[in-house]
Amino acid sequence: MNETVTKTAYQAEEIRKQFPVLHQLVNGKPLVYFDNAATSQKPQRVIDALIHYYQTDNANIHRGAHALADRATADYEATRLELRKFVNAEESEEIIFTRGTTDGINLVASTYGRMAVHEGDEVIISAMEHHSNIVPWQLLCEERGAKLRVVPVTDEGELVYEEYRRLLSSKTKLVAVAHVSNALGTVNPIKQIIADAHAAGAKVLVDAAQSCSHLPVDVQDLDLDFLVSSSHKMYGPTGTGFLYGKRALLEAMPPYQGGGEMIKEVSFEKTTFNDIPYKFEAGTPNIGDVIAYRKAVEFINEIGREEIAEHEDGLLRYATEQMRHIKGVRIVGEASEKVSVLSFVIDGLHHFDIGMMLDARGIAVRTGHHCAQPLMHRLGLEGTVRASFSAYNTKSEIDAFLEGVERVSNLAR
Amino acid sequence: MNTEINQVQDQIIEEFALLAGDRESTIFYIMELGQQLAPLADEFMTDANLIKGCQSKVWLNAELEGDRIVFSADSNTDITKGLVSLLIRVLSGRKAEEILSADLYFIDRIGMGGIIGSQRSNGLTAMIKQMKLYALAYKTKLAGQA
Repeated sequence: MNETVTKTAYQAEEIRKQFPVLHQLVNGKPLVYFDNAATSQKPQRVIDALIHYYQTDNANIHRGAHALADRATADYEATRLELRKFVNAEESEEIIFTRGTTDGINLVASTYGRMAVHEGDEVIISAMEHHSNIVPWQLLCEERGAKLRVVPVTDEGELVYEEYRRLLSSKTKLVAVAHVSNALGTVNPIKQIIADAHAAGAKVLVDAAQSCSHLPVDVQDLDLDFLVSSSHKMYGPTGTGFLYGKRALLEAMPPYQGGGEMIKEVSFEKTTFNDIPYKFEAGTPNIGDVIAYRKAVEFINEIGREEIAEHEDGLLRYATEQMRHIKGVRIVGEASEKVSVLSFVIDGLHHFDIGMMLDARGIAVRTGHHCAQPLMHRLGLEGTVRASFSAYNTKSEIDAFLEGVERVSNLAR
Repeated sequence: MNTEINQVQDQIIEEFALLAGDRESTIFYIMELGQQLAPLADEFMTDANLIKGCQSKVWLNAELEGDRIVFSADSNTDITKGLVSLLIRVLSGRKAEEILSADLYFIDRIGMGGIIGSQRSNGLTAMIKQMKLYALAYKTKLAGQA
């Protein structure tokens, strides 16, 4: 950070005012929303954009010869331009709208995967992946007669990097890895992962579902092949997200789904496909949510991802430090670089019970395996309690959370 | 015919009334009940004894003592153990007919649905169903012996 620049103090309370859902009592207590890694809350401007679209602009895009269709199309495409800037893609055509991260991964597995992965080839993932970044590759490998290789993780929740290097070979066609682990918050060294994969001749897909709202991502600087993320984890609506892919790759890939929008010409003899990005956007898209998604990106940009990251890091450090003083608490995931996520267990208590006790105090956390069963298995756990922080969370909320954890820890046998 | 069952239910309703609807105290209390439940012997912690439809793991065992059915249970979570301990308190040591005809009104009266939420309520329903199934099976068995 440049010390000479005077920074405005981070205004969490001001930011909170933009989120109507946060201002309510749950079980008689002020809501403390710490389930941000599952989905973030939405600022008023996102909600307004959704309402505005349905109240004034609702039309099918790209083809209508009327004013509403023009407005809807312009707003829809404006989100694509905003996302291009957000990840610093070279061209906006490299941004494909999807239903979310899972959809984006399935798209790449079904198209690039089928094109590039053949019998005897290998796909590398890591042991800390979300099921969404495991199952599509398993299905692909099964179908193609290829092998799925898994980079192990340490007890602290970091990749065993030497193992990754050892697994890379001329057989590796694709590496699919999370930027940030949803269960532990570990930030993976994706720049190095990508450079090493490229040196071995493999392409890389980064699952940025957990990073986009916290960390800057620059696909050109990273020389990234594919990036996927979800709107709903970055203050936007559910049901949409994006895939970034390098133009050359996207153009070479076969289409994903067939239907309207993705075609150039259709006859019963032959169909020619539309250019990117439309080749991958069959059917009427999720227009309203995509349009509102831009407002979410605007919200993030207004505060600044570095500022958000710094704020969340402060919360995470404070919470982690205080949690170490509570009897029976064991923090799960002690990677040197972490974002937003505090996963823990309390000896002698089940995570479901802890979650329910916290809920009784109005504190929302996630409990369970976090859709990362192989990781839980590796760590010898059935599940954890996960508190995850966001731009609108405050230190006093952490204090309420710590008080709740302290109280429930007294019940441990 | 279910006076004993109803007496126990009324006791439970009174105990929960002392908690005055405070959610946190109620959950605390249920967890404590769970911690007091005698653990199930390892031999009964089998997949066959696992109740389907519960988010948590719940093992339920039923044995016949004379004409009475004795239930024992265990779970990996204290809250679920607490819930099943209440059912055991009401239904264990009763005759099959009593269990089958029992109207478990205490669950609604203590506001359990609102406290444990819909997922755990489904689990609770699954536990009751399993207990009644045991009762039906033993009733059939006893009728066959008669």
